[in-house]
Amino acid sequence: MTTTSQPYEAGYAESGSGRVYTVTGGDWEDVLGHGEQDAERIVVNMGPQHPSTHGVLRLVLEIEGETVTETRLVIGYLHTGIEKSCEYRTWTQAVTFLTRADYLSPLYNETAYCLSVERLLGITDEIPERATVIRVLVMELQRIASHLVWLATGGMELGATTAMIFGFREREKVLDLLELITGLRMNHAFVRPGGLAQDLPDGVERAIREFLVDMPKRIQEYHRLLTGQPIWKARMVDVNILDAAGCIALGVTGPVLRAAGLPWDLRKTMPYCGYETYEFDVPTELEGDSFARYLVRLNEMGESLKIVEQCLDRLRPGPVMVADKKIAWPAQLSIGSDGMGNSLEHIRKIMGTSMEALIHHFKLVTEGFRVPAGQVYTQLESPRGELGYHVVSDGGTRPFRVHVRDPSFVNLQAVPALTEGGQVADVIVGVASVDPVLGGVDR
Amino acid sequence: MSGERGQAQDAAGELVAAGGPARGPGQRQDAFGAGGTGDTSGFGGLVAPVPVLTSSERPFADADANTVYDALERVFPRLGEAVERAVVDRGELTLHVRREALLALGQTLRDDPGLRFELLSSLSGVDYPDDLTGRRLHSVVHLTSMTHRRRLRVEVSVGDDDPTVPSLTSVWPTADWHEREAYDLFGIVYTGHPGLTRIMMPDDWIGHPQRKDYPLGGIPVDYKGATVPPPDERRSYS
Repeated sequence: MTTTSQPYEAGYAESGSGRVYTVTGGDWEDVLGHGEQDAERIVVNMGPQHPSTHGVLRLVLEIEGETVTETRLVIGYLHTGIEKSCEYRTWTQAVTFLTRADYLSPLYNETAYCLSVERLLGITDEIPERATVIRVLVMELQRIASHLVWLATGGMELGATTAMIFGFREREKVLDLLELITGLRMNHAFVRPGGLAQDLPDGVERAIREFLVDMPKRIQEYHRLLTGQPIWKARMVDVNILDAAGCIALGVTGPVLRAAGLPWDLRKTMPYCGYETYEFDVPTELEGDSFARYLVRLNEMGESLKIVEQCLDRLRPGPVMVADKKIAWPAQLSIGSDGMGNSLEHIRKIMGTSMEALIHHFKLVTEGFRVPAGQVYTQLESPRGELGYHVVSDGGTRPFRVHVRDPSFVNLQAVPALTEGGQVADVIVGVASVDPVLGGVDR
Repeated sequence: MSGERGQAQDAAGELVAAGGPARGPGQRQDAFGAGGTGDTSGFGGLVAPVPVLTSSERPFADADANTVYDALERVFPRLGEAVERAVVDRGELTLHVRREALLALGQTLRDDPGLRFELLSSLSGVDYPDDLTGRRLHSVVHLTSMTHRRRLRVEVSVGDDDPTVPSLTSVWPTADWHEREAYDLFGIVYTGHPGLTRIMMPDDWIGHPQRKDYPLGGIPVDYKGATVPPPDERRSYS
């Protein structure tokens, strides 16, 4: 713990109702150097309010005229201590926290965490096939939704409001599907250690098939609207270039890396959840600029549709939770008038017929299951790149440590490399092309 | 608590008569420390496993781990001094490295053609207050070899009194923010880092919130006449 005096400490005054702190930020003049610098050199504070509609991010830019000479990012405004909170909840409850980290790809958070816990438990091979297929299905649906939000917010930042309307319009359709499957539009807590919270509801296959017919036309529509559009291209082509070597040095993965020519997609290179058995391509571009990232994301949506279709063809009836009753929650969930909860029918059955089942249910829910001590690192390809979970167990009923290697957090480090030496207006394009989600960055 | 399992499993959960076998290494008898016949709790004869720090036996159970370790042995002189322990658990190889050797080892891991761990995927701190070596703060690095499609964990542990670890930013620039986060939340000081400042917490924050002795915080909540205590004061079963 630090005991030295803090240079940025807030001043305070005593009042009748207690101590009142004043935060003045009086160090700003020290940064500027009391006007001794070149008069053209200006330090601009962008944010922390939504400079790019991705969350609360603050950029400190040093500019000379219209040219950016230095970019510094300030993050942490959305830090909610998700990793710490997990250490005070059971292994199953932690899903509810982690799903809120990167709120545009919650199912990826859930799946990566659950794969880690399953590896710690040593039950990876016992996860039912149907649960894995549904995990892939919902993840790929969510990849489309996430890329659509990127298209919408990215378009919005460039003033292309039609792209915004189009993106959110189709994203809403994906969210409707996810709501139909999980009961919630976002923050689903649907994937659980051992399998899934519940099975697919009736009629979902038809709804997804309708979406599969509709969506390719929409992607064509985006191409017609944006891909050849002179203003869109003028803002993005040859802007914010980062080559593959730069990406790897800075740890950048996902569409940004693939737009620089390296076909590094964990679904192909280090497969998980049976991705090696699906047929799909990894879209890449060679230019490494913002426009290439746009193309990669647009093409990835089409590939995700292919995977979703294969998932539907593979769905076979079966359990969606591991058979081990020491891990699987015994309750059957159902959606009632007040949201998802325990199935009344199931409660009636265990209350009426089996005292032991009731005790077991109570113990499993309040106390949780124990996970053998050890540590694992599990990674998967989220819409933004490598999402890694470093999960440590001390053998107890609670996670000892959960660390989220969030791709947005790492990729944001590349923003100075993307923007320094460019124009101020290109900073917005640069941040947008990285597609950061600050909920995941700050956790 | 050491993060590894499998060493003292033979003693786990095994019940022996009170006053049974003498305690040996890797073994702790009775739950309350009572000797002789005084313990009426029923737990007097319980033998609990005590974690011991040992390397996994070579050859490792995992083929990739063997390949990596063999390649490292060929190109890194005096590997035995640099690596305190090499553990293979759940198919993952962990090298527990002395901090003095971290930079040189990192450079070799990145540059040697047989290793080529060109991507630093993740760096995270872990606090083990009961660490057997007395060095509670662990800085854990996850490396990815894109060339060979392998993974490797490199772990450095330091004590609370001297929490310095050499910064890996000169080898993998991406370590920058990771190390700032581990400094902010765990108080691990990365020497040689270009700007080791807080990243998640405000600049004037005191303490390192993800250490185990840092309280979670929270207030009791009234609900339908009952009071729900904050999460860190609820009953724990661990």
